[in-house]
Amino acid sequence: MPYIPHTKTEIKSMLDAIGVESIDDLFDEIPASLRAGDLTEVPVGESEMAVSRLMHERAAQDGQSLCFLGAGAYEHHIPAAVWELTTRGEFYTAYTPYQAEASQGTLQLLYEYQSMMTGLTGMDVSNASLYDGASAMAEAVLMAVRANRKSKSKRVLVPGTVNPAYRKTAHAIVHHQGITLEQLDYDQQTGVLDINKLPTEPGDFAALIIPLPNFLGRLEDLDALTDWAHQHKALVIAVVNPVALGLIKPPSEWGEKGADITCGEGQPLGIPMSSGGPYYGFMACTQALVRQMPGRIIGRTVDLDGKTGYTLTLQAREQHIRRSRATSNICTNQGLMITASTIHMAILGEQGLGKVASQCHANTRSLVKQLTALEGVSLLFEGSYFHEVILRFEVPVKDILKSMTAQNILAGLDLSEAYPELGNCLLVCATEMRSEQDIERYAKKLENILLRNESVKCPIKPKW
Amino acid sequence: MLIFEKSEAGRTVAVQAPPGDTDHSDIPESLLRKTPVGFPEVSELQAVRHYTRLSQKNFSIDTHFYPLGSCTMKYNPRACNTLAMLPGFLSRHPLAPDSLGQGVLACLYELQEMLKDLTGMQAVSLTPAAGAQGEFAGMAMIRAYHDAREDKERTEVLVPDAAHGTNPASAVMCGYAVREIPTAANGDVDVDALRKVVGPQTAGIMLTNPSTVGVFERRIEEIAGIVHEAGGLLYYDGANLNAILGKVRPGDMGFDVIHMNLHKTFSTPHGGGGPGAGPVGVSERLVPYLPVPIVDFDGNDYSLLTTKQRPDSIGHLSAFAGNVGVLLRAYIYARLLGREGMLRVSEYATLNANYLMARLREKGFELAYPERRATHEFIVTLKREAKELGVNTMDFAKRLLDYGHHAPTTYFPLLVPECLLIEPTESEDKATLDAFVEAMAKILVEATDNPEKVKGAPYTLPVRRLDDVRAARELDLRWQGS
Repeated sequence: MPYIPHTKTEIKSMLDAIGVESIDDLFDEIPASLRAGDLTEVPVGESEMAVSRLMHERAAQDGQSLCFLGAGAYEHHIPAAVWELTTRGEFYTAYTPYQAEASQGTLQLLYEYQSMMTGLTGMDVSNASLYDGASAMAEAVLMAVRANRKSKSKRVLVPGTVNPAYRKTAHAIVHHQGITLEQLDYDQQTGVLDINKLPTEPGDFAALIIPLPNFLGRLEDLDALTDWAHQHKALVIAVVNPVALGLIKPPSEWGEKGADITCGEGQPLGIPMSSGGPYYGFMACTQALVRQMPGRIIGRTVDLDGKTGYTLTLQAREQHIRRSRATSNICTNQGLMITASTIHMAILGEQGLGKVASQCHANTRSLVKQLTALEGVSLLFEGSYFHEVILRFEVPVKDILKSMTAQNILAGLDLSEAYPELGNCLLVCATEMRSEQDIERYAKKLENILLRNESVKCPIKPKW
Repeated sequence: MLIFEKSEAGRTVAVQAPPGDTDHSDIPESLLRKTPVGFPEVSELQAVRHYTRLSQKNFSIDTHFYPLGSCTMKYNPRACNTLAMLPGFLSRHPLAPDSLGQGVLACLYELQEMLKDLTGMQAVSLTPAAGAQGEFAGMAMIRAYHDAREDKERTEVLVPDAAHGTNPASAVMCGYAVREIPTAANGDVDVDALRKVVGPQTAGIMLTNPSTVGVFERRIEEIAGIVHEAGGLLYYDGANLNAILGKVRPGDMGFDVIHMNLHKTFSTPHGGGGPGAGPVGVSERLVPYLPVPIVDFDGNDYSLLTTKQRPDSIGHLSAFAGNVGVLLRAYIYARLLGREGMLRVSEYATLNANYLMARLREKGFELAYPERRATHEFIVTLKREAKELGVNTMDFAKRLLDYGHHAPTTYFPLLVPECLLIEPTESEDKATLDAFVEAMAKILVEATDNPEKVKGAPYTLPVRRLDDVRAARELDLRWQGS
């Protein structure tokens, strides 16, 4: 029997010890009217060999494309040691470290993670993960509304340059509690918020969200926005790409006082793209807000003999203690992803992350240079970016994407749905994984496609 | 020793970093980072050795019996991990077109179909990232249903006092007030008390069946009738689905919406606290509100449905499609077990729990519900030991660690004093269960002869009992230099 070790003799002796005739007798408290019929949609069990063959076929079916897509998930190099260690049974098959003495491995690792994330973001404290970047932003909104002592407002201002998927997710999660997300329009000339065009009387609001980089690839005026929000007694929620922080200053240094809450998607730190999950959301904040933070938090303490140890702490915030008055309903989070990320950050080290960030930036610059050299392709926004930019085309990008996909290249994200006002645009990204040859290949294929389109539009007139 | 204490300035792992580029002139100087990121500077070997050694300080299913009640710590087949981590699955970008994802989408679609069959629900969405997010989705759907009918007076959700803490917390996140209903002495919901509080203000009830006290809710059909009669809906917390897999279906019990914990019932790893997966299933009337994306199949191609095709959906719960890698592991597990294997899960989980319960009773332990069958778990109460010997549940739990067993769940559910909630799961063999019984019996002898010994446990782990009060009072949440 798959994964059931019982022999017939053992079953017999166990039933005898219980005092019943058969296993079925153990279900005698279930009303007969409720007993299920046969399963019809679950196939008959297969051997590991057969299932292995099936899964290899399915994985191969999805192929492996050359990826210039970003938009919230990024292909980065992950050292082989990261997942070799992460999938060790002692990490992989443990659970939430409720029994601290039997979970010091996971607990110390989570404490190290919190230390790395506070270093990276410059914030005072970090939790031990939320589900993903989008749901982390939703939790940050809930937290800001709870925590803002200067404002009772349930309004949170969200720039239109925040990832649309994050805005949708946050709305789905927070609107039941009467919280509204109000959009701040960006400047269509620059792709960032214009600090001079922010509402002069914005009214009472609990928080402003500031993305780094923004979804259009641009770097916002982080200092001015942070100060503007604080002047209006609002908290600042930074939504950041953690790799960008290898190059760009941390949220704690934005403006005069720094951001209050920092959150984001942890995937770029050692997590494979995997069709969208599992990833993890990170969240860090100032010391003043720690008791409003959702999720697990690990503290360092001592044991009976005075020896250093680690344990879950501030549990009075959490659902298993506080129930309906908890800071969040989150219980199971993304522990194993944190394990991978912590090992990833340790191996990258102090200098490695900056190098990855710089290389991403340089590769994207190279991509921009090569693609905008083509007829009919231009950079939509002038100005600084990290590793994503928007390219404008003279023709709809849908067909271009299709042709590029046929060449096994994921050429970017079509923005016509989320940002119709921008016209025929692609959001493209080049991480450190994209070599010069990859970029040349993209440019070459794109050139061919554009030329072919052109020839379709203006067929060469036969000479007769 | 922390990894930071092994750090030496200037040590790099050159092989893992790209060359980098020093030209940042196109980024305003005021935006550039000038402070260190605070990562340790260690060699790859130092990192590998450090984290290998850390792992060895953990108890885990792969190393120890882990009878943590309500958590279903069963064997996580290695094949599920290996096959879910094939490069084709790992390297797929979430926004890649569906045409480049037919392999993974086929797996997810088939998983949806299997979960429908197993639970008796009309439709399933796989997207919630964990049980609590499934609960949130479920309550949001109940709210969407009432709202769509202009039934705005329903402000209250009923939750048994024995429920998981996530239940009331999820209901509150959906804007509901929570009213607790008591558990009767026999472990079932107090139906008379329920009748008194149910009414036009009732949006729904959240139930776990088998309940968190480890017994099957025998009057479930009556409860469903009462709540439905009043216009409320029934939510099923699938934390204990392992107990009834293939035997009883939540849909047949009258539930309108359920979540499943695939990291429990479908054996995906718990990973030291996740990731999980908490798919939701619904009855006919809630189908339009399911969270997106949902996997669709038109007979030729698989695709992801979003709010475009599902305008009444409660929306997205994460940026992409949820914990796809976890869903793949669950799919692989389901294919390995097959329909007969599903039935065996609940049968042998129940056999193991009842056997363990019988053996512990025989050794003199008091059961919280001695007249009831165990489901896949059961409760021992140590209130007598706590009162007469001064040795409480926490002491037993810590001493069990010395004997090489992870402790059962302690002090939950809250209504049973000094309780141990014990769930052995189907994948443990008889000898392991017997060893646990012997350890419990030995601790009972120790508690009688030498209570101080038990109260001082554990002795053999990396640390002894930790000072939780100090941890909360003198917050030390990050390394700040030696």
